[in-house]
Amino acid sequence: MGLLSDPNRRKALTGLLTRLNTPICIVCYLAGIVWFMGLAFEPFTLRTYMSENAMGSTMVEERFSSGERALSLAKEFDAHKRKAGGMPVEWLVKAMQSRGLEVFTQSFSRKLPFPDENKERYMVRGTNVYGILRAPRAPRTEALVITAPCSPGNTNNQAVALLLALAQYFRNQIYWAKDIIFLVNEHDLIGTQAWLEGYHHTNITGMEYSPLQGRAGSIQAALSLELSSDVITSLDLVLEGLNGQLPNLDLANLFYAFCQKLGVLCTIQGKLQRNDWDTAEGYTHAAQTMMLMVLKQACGRSWGDHGLFLRYHIEAASVRGINSFRHYKTDATTIGRLLEGMVRKLNNLLERLHQSYFFYLLPSLSRFVSIGYYMPAFGLLAVILLLRALDLWVHLGAPALAAVDGVTEAEQPSSPGVLTVLTPVVISHLTGVALYLLPVHLQEMAVEHFPVSETEAVVLTAIAIYTAGLALPHNTQRLLSGEGTEQGWKVLKLTALLYLAVLLGCTALINFSLGFILAVTLVPITASITPHIALYAVVMVLLSPAFTILYCVFIYQELIEAPVSVSEGWMLFLSVISQGILDHALYGSLVYPLLALFIYPCWLMFWNILFWN
Amino acid sequence: CEIKQLSDCLIRLLLDRRDGTRTSEALTPAAAARDEFQEELVIRPLHSGDIYASFQFRTLWDTDFLQEGQKVSHYRLFPKSLGQVLSKFSVRELHISFTQGFWRTMQWGQPFIPSPPGAELWVWFHDTVSDVDGNWKELTNVLSGIFCASLNFIDLTNTVQPSASFKPLGLGNATDHRFLRYATLPREIVCTENLTPWKKLLPCGSKAGLAVLLKSEKLFHSSFHSQAVHIRPVCQDEQCTSKAWELRQTLNVVFDLYTAGQGKKEWSLFKMFSRTLTEACPLATSSKVYVDITDNPELFELSPATPLLSQAVVLGDRRTYSVYDLSRAETFGQLRSLNLLLRWKGDGEMLRPLLHAERYVAGFGLQTGEIHTVIYNNHPYRAFPVLLMDSVPWYLQLYIHTLTVTSKSRDNKPSYIHYQPAKDRHRPHLLEMLIQLPPHSMTEVTVQFERALLKWTEYTPDPNHGFYVGSSVVSALVPSMVAMNTNFTQDQPLFSSFVPVKEESSYFVRVYTEPLLVNLPTPDFSMPYNVICLTCTVVAVGYGSFYNLLTRTFQVDEPSLPLAKRLANLIRRIRGVPLLT
Repeated sequence: MGLLSDPNRRKALTGLLTRLNTPICIVCYLAGIVWFMGLAFEPFTLRTYMSENAMGSTMVEERFSSGERALSLAKEFDAHKRKAGGMPVEWLVKAMQSRGLEVFTQSFSRKLPFPDENKERYMVRGTNVYGILRAPRAPRTEALVITAPCSPGNTNNQAVALLLALAQYFRNQIYWAKDIIFLVNEHDLIGTQAWLEGYHHTNITGMEYSPLQGRAGSIQAALSLELSSDVITSLDLVLEGLNGQLPNLDLANLFYAFCQKLGVLCTIQGKLQRNDWDTAEGYTHAAQTMMLMVLKQACGRSWGDHGLFLRYHIEAASVRGINSFRHYKTDATTIGRLLEGMVRKLNNLLERLHQSYFFYLLPSLSRFVSIGYYMPAFGLLAVILLLRALDLWVHLGAPALAAVDGVTEAEQPSSPGVLTVLTPVVISHLTGVALYLLPVHLQEMAVEHFPVSETEAVVLTAIAIYTAGLALPHNTQRLLSGEGTEQGWKVLKLTALLYLAVLLGCTALINFSLGFILAVTLVPITASITPHIALYAVVMVLLSPAFTILYCVFIYQELIEAPVSVSEGWMLFLSVISQGILDHALYGSLVYPLLALFIYPCWLMFWNILFWN
Repeated sequence: CEIKQLSDCLIRLLLDRRDGTRTSEALTPAAAARDEFQEELVIRPLHSGDIYASFQFRTLWDTDFLQEGQKVSHYRLFPKSLGQVLSKFSVRELHISFTQGFWRTMQWGQPFIPSPPGAELWVWFHDTVSDVDGNWKELTNVLSGIFCASLNFIDLTNTVQPSASFKPLGLGNATDHRFLRYATLPREIVCTENLTPWKKLLPCGSKAGLAVLLKSEKLFHSSFHSQAVHIRPVCQDEQCTSKAWELRQTLNVVFDLYTAGQGKKEWSLFKMFSRTLTEACPLATSSKVYVDITDNPELFELSPATPLLSQAVVLGDRRTYSVYDLSRAETFGQLRSLNLLLRWKGDGEMLRPLLHAERYVAGFGLQTGEIHTVIYNNHPYRAFPVLLMDSVPWYLQLYIHTLTVTSKSRDNKPSYIHYQPAKDRHRPHLLEMLIQLPPHSMTEVTVQFERALLKWTEYTPDPNHGFYVGSSVVSALVPSMVAMNTNFTQDQPLFSSFVPVKEESSYFVRVYTEPLLVNLPTPDFSMPYNVICLTCTVVAVGYGSFYNLLTRTFQVDEPSLPLAKRLANLIRRIRGVPLLT
């Protein structure tokens, strides 16, 4: 750092950085994108391997054989479900009891902030049934959870039945060292959330639930099972959890190892693995898989029941049976064996899963990109913001430096007051607060005055506030402090750039995908913005957070091979917004508040610069 | 005052009961000998369909280890290793238990002798001992050797001195809890290596008598296993003029009908222990097998049948037992071996024991948490007090101001609280409370804690497994079921059943909750190299240089003058003439 402490060389360095600022920024941006796209290229990635000793070397033998019985049980369960018109609580309790479990129920109710049109629910009332298989000679300190959601219609019957069959089989084994909890939850994620909150005696989302009667100590791992047909062609592993949290990579490795051992086709993001990495198709395939993971992780919602466990430091994954029209079929016995093997290995754990990675991206099930490899991609984008900030700082500091020994330079007419910068900052954030609070709270009023449903009211209010925010700040700013100065917008831009850099940096540390996607769209426009160029306004709007979400919707649909038209895409966009708000209210997802309270105001500050004069 | 009452009552009750047993023993001819040995096995089919076998081996010796100047050197039935320990460390009373598994009160009811998971040791020292802590430390190390267990991990950081929960069960009315030491090791794993030394303490070893059934491959193929040694002074005779020492070795085991029976609901001694009984221990004055047949014949069938029946009030419930006396030849029949057979008929359901407790950690994250202890009083109309004792390691820093006790959603103020705060790395928290449980209620005791950051050498070799917190202990006098049932006229004469007999009106139980497994903030030990490199780089390059830049003031350096000019200036300054530049 002698380079910086020597004034002359410092001057030379800053001179170089300011002179070559734009080319360096462009190079950084391109390098960031290229680095990111290169992550999916197989030679650059690592092969997955089992880090946890307790699960690696010890082999287990799978003996589960009652797959057929499970299927007949599924029919019985289906009949009882129809009869009860929901979850057949009594039947389940009896079924679990007869299999030698300690059975408990938990009832819960939750009123959603506004009706969920995707799942058609508003007032949710349900019951979770769970049975605990007590491990012999274990002091109730550790547990594993296997959960199967009881879904409406005739989906997921096989999962519940397989759960019961496994319980029966597990009950007869002597080797358990951890208690095993078999949970059948109603209303998918809401039920899981109620159960988890009950188990840990917390209340973070305003759920009403009856306290749990039976517990089994600290939960070490959880598996969620979703299965809707008697035979399946492949098993899909879902890892993305709430707020982009991922379970320990060893859980994915465990699943992959057993799929290999039992010869079950396994997919991730619904995509099979290809071996031709050196062809263009092979690379595109891997890149698509990774992009899907990035998009899913970025949206911060829980993509299966497992996602809510992660908050409680419980490693969890969902296993989803998929029945497509391939020739290769797998029966229920094999799936049962796969689960048996996984649970037995988890049972062998001596410590919590911690050996392997928690931050990773998967271009395929056998390859992974660790945090050390993907972070530079984000770093290259984030450094642009810092470079621009440095550039501005030097420009702003140059006249001030000349007057360093002058005593009266505080009265300099060109130096912008704190008020000039503070006003747009405060107003932007107030708009953000309005965007965060008003949609849900104003829905009743909106429904009264406009012919829309509550859900539409919430989404449209959100969009309206978002759009109104574009008009509001710069007008008020002009009223308050008159004509903006050259110095004023530079100081504001400097503040905004540093603010955005901090925001994106923090976001990327927690949820890389979200941080990266936001950086890709926000960095170019924020780095290059200057007041009063009409073209900028259009680009700025097109690269705003809301449009980023819209693009993500289209890209996601494209990647899952279900492309949509513009109007369908718009409808999807609306539902994504409502789901985002619901996820925040129901499960405590942080993406909506992050966007509304921080990213959007920050973007508004840049918008402010555009209309400075 | 309530606390004193409770403990007094408890002591009196225990003394009463012991006197009762003494009177019946006085009839046996062996009572005249200086020492005697009794063995006993109780088999109790449980409601859940499991089977509970409880062994008790009792050695009684009319001697006094603690008398001054008298060295006991001749041992017959009493194990010498234990006798020497008693006299060397001036132990008044010693209770040690090793348990693998957790007693499921909700399915199995109350055990005869409760014990927490892991190892538990509590000792009353004689009041002549001056250095109790020193004695305790040595004693734990010696016992660790005798029982092949990790009792040497008992030190001051997990030892407490409960003020009320653990009263002496034997003779003497010691109340000064300075002489009491209590410690648990919830982590202790109990296995064959602990069973073998335990069996060696028996007069017949595992060669004859009931002890032949103690085959480790079967005992550890069970749902619950607990072995214990209790030593206490008792009265020598009815007048209680002199002391005798009683050694009780107990072993409790619960067999799982479901896993081991392969679906067939049938049990025999052979299936349980892979042995049958052929003889009594020749050294034993009495050797009996009791089978609880109170629920017979609704629940199961027992063969061979025995004409001998015995009734006893056990844990507040009147039970009927079939008695098989091993000292009589006809017990073994023509085959010369006794193989009890139980055939199941009914199906069990969950019990509602009168007193039941459980415990869990609430909250998530690695900073704070909350310990919840839930105590259930399932008695329909009687309230009774319980003593709750909690010993929490120092690395969970309890916020005692957050302690709440609620019953039926109302604040329930404990009538007695004894709290001893922890000292980091020196002693654990001790919390004792006397709580009145309203009838048919659930009482919840909560206290918040913060997880401490340990020094890096203080972590266990497997820190990501978590750290154990021992069971909390609930001691209570529970109103008896017999006393509750005022309509009990089956085999009792009318005149005896109007006012409940005092002895039966309440009984003492101790309920242990499950131990807790708590995660503490743990550094990632697997990559110290990476961490050291990263930290050093960040500190050296990032922090160091920024600190340097921020704290340094920059000034433009003036070029220094040549020597001649400087000399000229010196002269000019003396002369008071303007200086050259």
